[in-house]
Amino acid sequence: MKTVIARRLIALIPMLLGITFMATMLMHLAPGDFLDQVRMQRDADPEYIERLEREFGLDNPWYVQYFLWLKNVVPWDLRSDFGYSFHYKVDVWELLGQRLPATILLSVTSLAFAWVIAIPLGVLAAIYKDSIFDRISSILAYAALSIPEFFLALLALFFAARTGLFPLGGFTSTEFEFMSPVRRFFDVAHHLILPTIVVGIGSIASIMRIMRANFIDNIRSEYVTTARAKGVPEGIVMFRHVFRNAINPLITAAGFAFSSIVSGALMVEIVMNYPGIGHMIFHAILQQDQFVVLGALVMSSTMLILGNLLADIALAWNDPRIRYD
Amino acid sequence: MTDENPSAEKTQEPLLAVRDLVIEFRSRGEVNRAVDGISFAVNKGETLAVVGESGSGKSVTAMSLTRLLPEEPVCRVTGAVLFDGKNLVACSNRAIRRYRGREIAYIFQEPATSLNPVFTIGNQLAEAIKLHRPDVKDVRAEIIRALDLVQIRDPEKRFKDYPHQLSGGMQQRVMIAMALVCHPRLLVADEPTTALDVTIQAQIMDLMRDIRRRMSMSIILITHNFGIVSGFADKVIVMFRGKIVEAGPTDTILSNPRHAYTKALIACIPRLGEQQRRLTTIDYAELEKSQST
Amino acid sequence: MERPLGLAVLILLGCFYLVALFADFISPYTPPDQSLQKTYHPPTALFWENGRLHVQRYELADPDDMVYRKIEGEGAPVRFFARGHDYRLMGLIPTDRHLFLVDEPDRIYLLGSDETGRDNFSRLLYGARISLSIGLVGIAIIMVFGFLAGGLAGYFGGIWDNLTMRFIELVMAVPGLYLLLVLRGTFPDELSPGQTFFLIVIILSFLAWGGTARIIRGMTLSLRNRQFVMAAEVLGQSPLKIVGKHILPNVFSYLVVAASLSIPAFILGEAALSFLGLGIQEPSASWGLMLSQAQDMKVFMLNFWWLLLPGAAIFVTVIAFNVLGDVFRDIVDPKQKFLNR
Repeated sequence: MKTVIARRLIALIPMLLGITFMATMLMHLAPGDFLDQVRMQRDADPEYIERLEREFGLDNPWYVQYFLWLKNVVPWDLRSDFGYSFHYKVDVWELLGQRLPATILLSVTSLAFAWVIAIPLGVLAAIYKDSIFDRISSILAYAALSIPEFFLALLALFFAARTGLFPLGGFTSTEFEFMSPVRRFFDVAHHLILPTIVVGIGSIASIMRIMRANFIDNIRSEYVTTARAKGVPEGIVMFRHVFRNAINPLITAAGFAFSSIVSGALMVEIVMNYPGIGHMIFHAILQQDQFVVLGALVMSSTMLILGNLLADIALAWNDPRIRYD
Repeated sequence: MTDENPSAEKTQEPLLAVRDLVIEFRSRGEVNRAVDGISFAVNKGETLAVVGESGSGKSVTAMSLTRLLPEEPVCRVTGAVLFDGKNLVACSNRAIRRYRGREIAYIFQEPATSLNPVFTIGNQLAEAIKLHRPDVKDVRAEIIRALDLVQIRDPEKRFKDYPHQLSGGMQQRVMIAMALVCHPRLLVADEPTTALDVTIQAQIMDLMRDIRRRMSMSIILITHNFGIVSGFADKVIVMFRGKIVEAGPTDTILSNPRHAYTKALIACIPRLGEQQRRLTTIDYAELEKSQST
Repeated sequence: MERPLGLAVLILLGCFYLVALFADFISPYTPPDQSLQKTYHPPTALFWENGRLHVQRYELADPDDMVYRKIEGEGAPVRFFARGHDYRLMGLIPTDRHLFLVDEPDRIYLLGSDETGRDNFSRLLYGARISLSIGLVGIAIIMVFGFLAGGLAGYFGGIWDNLTMRFIELVMAVPGLYLLLVLRGTFPDELSPGQTFFLIVIILSFLAWGGTARIIRGMTLSLRNRQFVMAAEVLGQSPLKIVGKHILPNVFSYLVVAASLSIPAFILGEAALSFLGLGIQEPSASWGLMLSQAQDMKVFMLNFWWLLLPGAAIFVTVIAFNVLGDVFRDIVDPKQKFLNR
């Protein structure tokens, strides 16, 4: 197992190299760079601009710039340098340190929310197959699958504005700095509720459908008859025997669901002004803040790949038949 | 319909008595009668073989004893299954669970799929013990004893194994251990050797013989193979299309089968040293005729 | 899902496409047609008078909060099949007839107006053209690329297969919307509406072709060892011909369904980009763009259901394509051997 994890982590490296190389190339296809705004200022000193260009290596061809960036990012001295954000005026590494936890938090709560809703619904839909409940939940699943996140985010904002029950976006209140740790926790939780629901809803449908299909497959299994023949009560047959088997494909699916959650979170972060890396990359792209874009790409892709890896590990842990070697 | 010895019934109350059992499956308004009014009895310590081809209703009969079939409206069971005088067809769902596993235990055809793949075998055995014998203190020792009984080597090690780590024969031994762990009074073995290799089949039958001797319980052996019936069962009933076509002591039936279907099934047993030009097949048209008369 | 549902959805989508096709006939105004005296106008009421349908006349009661008040008894008659701005019906027949109109300076706003007095109803209909066509153009592209890449990768195997699959993995390793934004950021902002549309289609196709290519590759792999393909090889047909003549007909239905399963992604992708201001640009109309107007605080508080209409339109269209995709999938691949999501 350990070697598998190690191998997967090593496989991450060429992937990230490919992604960032591609991204650098693409960004240089675009006209202009992040110094455009400095250049546009009428009183800008040409010497100053030239100095900046040299400093950021913009006077080199793009592939040289890429290797310069790469040289700094690779932690030779145990510290990665992701460059400097011209828009935010801070180190990209520092910026990532602020933004990444917010996105990870939102992704995890959304995934948890989606699971908590979808799994019981899927199980019930399977047990009461073809009932009214099953029909209604499958229609709702279609609906949840088809609603654009940003539209849902707008509705959530409207709801928050009209009722005043929830904050209008953001991650913390303005007086966050002066709060006690307990108040801080509740403040963040309060800000998280709506984004979590909005991001999570889209994944409920797919998780529920997979859960339902697997559960139905497993209910017909022979080990279910064995368990019943042993005298195991029906509830335990369903929730111990069938459930543990039906959950396996779902763990794999969670890896994929994570991908759509990270993507969905981007729109929600922008609409609800939630300071995660999705919010960050959007503004960075508008400003052609190239190092921020690269940093955000690296982080979001790493998140995705690690999410898949975690799902595989969880699957191996839950399903004894799977042993990676 | 059954030729039971009336004097035996007087002297000994049967452990299991099935009366006029009818099992019907419904799908899309169509009613399919799988078992059509059969009656039989199993005495204490006795072994009954139920023989028939697939689709003859024998497995469904076995499942119906503890109501393991789907519930109404999919499946409808009428008649009586009297176990120790109590009618299992009519009792509540809660009550039937006290019979499942504790009084009547099962062994199924496919050990590979009948064991839950995500639990260790120790875990699956423990479940039965914890359910029916809450007074057992050392569950682990009890399981190891049961695994030992079915001649599994290194029971301490196998205890932690998952089903997929065992061979088919081993899996079936685990199934048997799981059935025996609560000391049932009736063991229903539904084609216990069909999915296994021939050499393993013999081992499993030997094991069952050994266990019957040690634990003195009743057995219902469900099979399509008359070959394993001889030397194992005391009585045989032969089922064909949901009905019992012939019943009686094993020796009588094997030596002097009266029904054409029984004869045909017996003819299917491969015998050593016998030159058979072609495989025996069953002529159903003729059977239909003989049944209607 | 049962077939009657598929039929119902097909009829619904058929109606949508008809409306989009005749958008310029049905809608009274063009998308950029402003009326700065009538901004944030509520939907105009209609009434009968002297046997003719009239549209209610309003006056601005409070310019700060944009409150309009009905002028009782005053209205303008609605004229059917009236002459308005010029356009080409179905892009061919030049005409200026419209389904309904009122005489200037009165205006008919079935769904109210936006911050520059443009008719939401007209914009919604024109926006439908974008959302309803983007998926079709998109799947045409990914069918071609998915088939070429997947078919050739599966047929030739080896390095070509390896390269294609690694590349697809690379694309799939980046969260979709992140890549979408980066790709969009690569191109200049100032583009003609047509260029923007095709740029969006191409970017979205780039994100979506991988899944189709993988399915086709898997099927080609299993087909290429079949006798008829081997026979063609022995006869010395060129690989391209074999892939085109023997593989394509066998995978075609899968190709169509696999590609059509990504129609919702195209619709949602365009809406998201336009919503962020990186897609269809003002003054053109797109459902995503209309939703972004709804972020305006005034709209938010005054005219909330504008926000609902383009959003609901996207929602219903996507749901319809999702259902349709599932129905087709069940027909083509009932056991979900190749097509699943």
